[in-house]
Amino acid sequence: MLYRNMKHFWSGLLSLLFLFGATVARAEYGLNMTEGVTPLSRNIYDLHMTIFYICCAIAVVVFGVMFWSIIRHRKSRGVVAAQFHHNTTAEVLWTAVPMLILILMAIPATKSLILIESTGDADMTIKITGYQWRWHYEYIEEEFGFFSSLAPESNAARQLKSGIDPNEIENYLLEVDNPVVVPVGQKIRFMTTAADVIHSWWVPALGWKRDSIPGFINESWAIIEEEGTYRGQCAELCGRDHAFMPIVLKAVSEDEYYDWVGEMMVLTMDAEAGADRDWTLDELLEKGEKVYSTFCVACHQVDGQGIPGAFKPLVGSPITTGPVEDHISTVMNGVPGTAMAAFGSQLTDVDLAAVITYERNAWGNKSGDVVQPSAITSIR
Amino acid sequence: MSDAVTHEHHHDAHDHKPTGMGRWLFSTNHKDIGTMYLVFALIMFFVGGAMALVVRAELFQPGLQYVDPQFFNSMTTMHALIMIFGVVMPAGVGLANWMVPMMIGAPDMALPRMNNMSFWILPFAFAMLLGTFFMEGGAPAGGWTMYPPLITQLGDGFPFLIFTVHFLGISSIMGAINIIATVFNMRAPGMGFMQLPLFVWTWIITAFLLIASMPVLAGAVTMLLTDKYFGTSFFIAAGGGDPVMFQHIFWFFGHPEVYILILPAFGIVSQIIPTFARKPLFGYVSMVYATAAIAFLSFFVWAHHMFTVGMPLAGELFFMYATMSIAVPTGVKIFNWIATMWRGAMTFETPMLFALAFVFLFSIGGFSGLMLGITPADFQYHDTYFVVAHFHYVLVTGAIFALMAGAYFWLPKWTGHMYDEKLGKIHFWISVISVNVLFFPQHFVGLAGMPRRIPDYSVQFTEWNMISSVGGFVFGLSQLLFLWVVIKCVRGGREATEEVWEGARGLEWTLPSPPPFHTFTTPPQVDEAVAHS
Repeated sequence: MLYRNMKHFWSGLLSLLFLFGATVARAEYGLNMTEGVTPLSRNIYDLHMTIFYICCAIAVVVFGVMFWSIIRHRKSRGVVAAQFHHNTTAEVLWTAVPMLILILMAIPATKSLILIESTGDADMTIKITGYQWRWHYEYIEEEFGFFSSLAPESNAARQLKSGIDPNEIENYLLEVDNPVVVPVGQKIRFMTTAADVIHSWWVPALGWKRDSIPGFINESWAIIEEEGTYRGQCAELCGRDHAFMPIVLKAVSEDEYYDWVGEMMVLTMDAEAGADRDWTLDELLEKGEKVYSTFCVACHQVDGQGIPGAFKPLVGSPITTGPVEDHISTVMNGVPGTAMAAFGSQLTDVDLAAVITYERNAWGNKSGDVVQPSAITSIR
Repeated sequence: MSDAVTHEHHHDAHDHKPTGMGRWLFSTNHKDIGTMYLVFALIMFFVGGAMALVVRAELFQPGLQYVDPQFFNSMTTMHALIMIFGVVMPAGVGLANWMVPMMIGAPDMALPRMNNMSFWILPFAFAMLLGTFFMEGGAPAGGWTMYPPLITQLGDGFPFLIFTVHFLGISSIMGAINIIATVFNMRAPGMGFMQLPLFVWTWIITAFLLIASMPVLAGAVTMLLTDKYFGTSFFIAAGGGDPVMFQHIFWFFGHPEVYILILPAFGIVSQIIPTFARKPLFGYVSMVYATAAIAFLSFFVWAHHMFTVGMPLAGELFFMYATMSIAVPTGVKIFNWIATMWRGAMTFETPMLFALAFVFLFSIGGFSGLMLGITPADFQYHDTYFVVAHFHYVLVTGAIFALMAGAYFWLPKWTGHMYDEKLGKIHFWISVISVNVLFFPQHFVGLAGMPRRIPDYSVQFTEWNMISSVGGFVFGLSQLLFLWVVIKCVRGGREATEEVWEGARGLEWTLPSPPPFHTFTTPPQVDEAVAHS
């Protein structure tokens, strides 16, 4: 009987190993934590491996004794059970020895933690704000900022039953429209916060994640030592599209970084211009569609039908076909207690005017209303 | 006992049972209420399991194949709520209802009518919770931890979620009071506290944890309710509130809750291993103190669930040290179980197999738990599949395996029939292999960077997720075998003796199998040899 059980066990284990071997041969994938590219990430990786090896060593001893007992002390071998039921020496030992091991683990862990929390003396600061479902980056010293959303190719492929094979998309779900660019070799302070619900900013190569929480600002830091593109994701459940707000961090040389900063500042000035002129319906529709597909499409969908029971439709809705003032107010201030965010602080006057115009004229909505950026400016 | 089929006729005249639906609806009998708890838990096990299979089906490959992300989030959220509050907790209470009076020589629970109410709240509470699927806005999708502000975005289901939690809390607290009242007042003469079987001890300690922690959860969810509907700002930053405060309050409940789920499992395993090793439990006294120490420490480690919210260094250090220290009493328990096996004369019937798998696999969950407790490393592990793997090792191969072990161990006592040992062993081996295929690869994808609670993932995680899903479906479907073993055992089978197992010790094994409807109406006299196994 027991022999048969052991046979079950070994054949099970063998088939597992076979499965394991087959997949190893087939594809590249991670088994372990990344070492990362910062002093902190290497420190954390080393700590992780140290604890892991200690756990393995303990496991070998404890499970070794257990399996020895299972093999030797079985009734079928004709043994007679001993009747001892305590042993003070053993009990003191197996309380004291684990304590010592834990203290040994706690020492490097404490050192790491002190290092992680040393956020002072930063060369530059980036403020990260989590939104449902994109990230906003603000370069505090250079005074510009931008949103970073899931790249359109991934976004198309990730729709339910899209028919697009994710394997065909480069960096599926790990690509964005606007990556965050940083210089190597500088101490960067990351300040994380959120506008709506709690998110968590995580790039494994930096060695940590930090929650971004409305009303709080958390600090973390990194010195990136190697140029490259590092990818990550939101790590705290933040609603329907939690899986679809990736992070792409590009670490470049200092020269390249300052070139990029220059370009971004020009772009920022361009975006702010145009608020005081009158736009044509076509211009607004073209711009509005772009804004809509970045900020609104996740909930209200491409066809404006929303998701029944979860997100309201815009086609023929009292907001998009009713008074313009109510429409503007809903988009700018959001609807408290729902996933409808206040976009007044996220979008420029031009973007707001464009997207509202778009919503009033797209799908079956044919109001012909044109909302000018100046109308938004006057409300602010 | 002779003929299994007609056993009812053999009991004395006092042993008449009520008949029809009334027997169950108005029951004040600890055995019937225990049975209802266990049947309810088993039904919910399949409901919650079906949700897990939806999750695993969607995660079988990248891309969204079957469900909308919002529904996916409802699946993970409801799976957790159902498995925790609808399966592991009721199953634990069901076992306590059946076994505690029989183990301490009491005729019934101390508060039988309250016992009835604490069970009958459950089906209504879960009907309400499952009803949210049909409401505007769908079922809860913000995670079982209900973190604001996300959870307040839930639609019409929100107040129903809150009231479900309140009802579950009331039910648990009543159950806990009942167990404490029973053990403190109704032990047979000669049975002191240090003669109690370990299962009873773990349940007393669990009961105190329940009474201390459930009201805290009730307070937290009530604040959520007033934040959404009555204009308060406990957790709303814009109104001067603090969303992190909810997490502190929640986990002040949540960590003791973890031990509410696992301590009765420790108790079950502590009954089973000595029985099949034919040797007394090693270090009974240190087992009791270790259990109490774990329970006490569980109130000082809550923030390790939220290291990444940004606490002061001193706070992070405190919670790291406190968390690591729990490894000491937990280690003591593992060592005691192994020392109990040492130089015993073991046999490997299904309950023993599940108990041994528990010791082995729970320890793996313990190791990953220790790793997660190291704050700097947790900054990488947190909210990844590494965490998912960890808590499924301690809850599925931990709590659920122990409950399975307990069910096999006591089924012959409850029904008077031996279950089908061959089927039981097949169930064990399929379960133990598939559960590792299911959860072990999740360590790898977690370390490699896959966040938890996502319906879709980038393609480098595909292989391990496929393997995990295959394991999930095999594990899930193999539990139908367990259902069949139970049904078969209730219907008939080889007759069980009073003692059932060769090495069984304790008052419950002095009763006939199945025990008459009312037992120990005159208290038994307890001597040291009978008291605990």
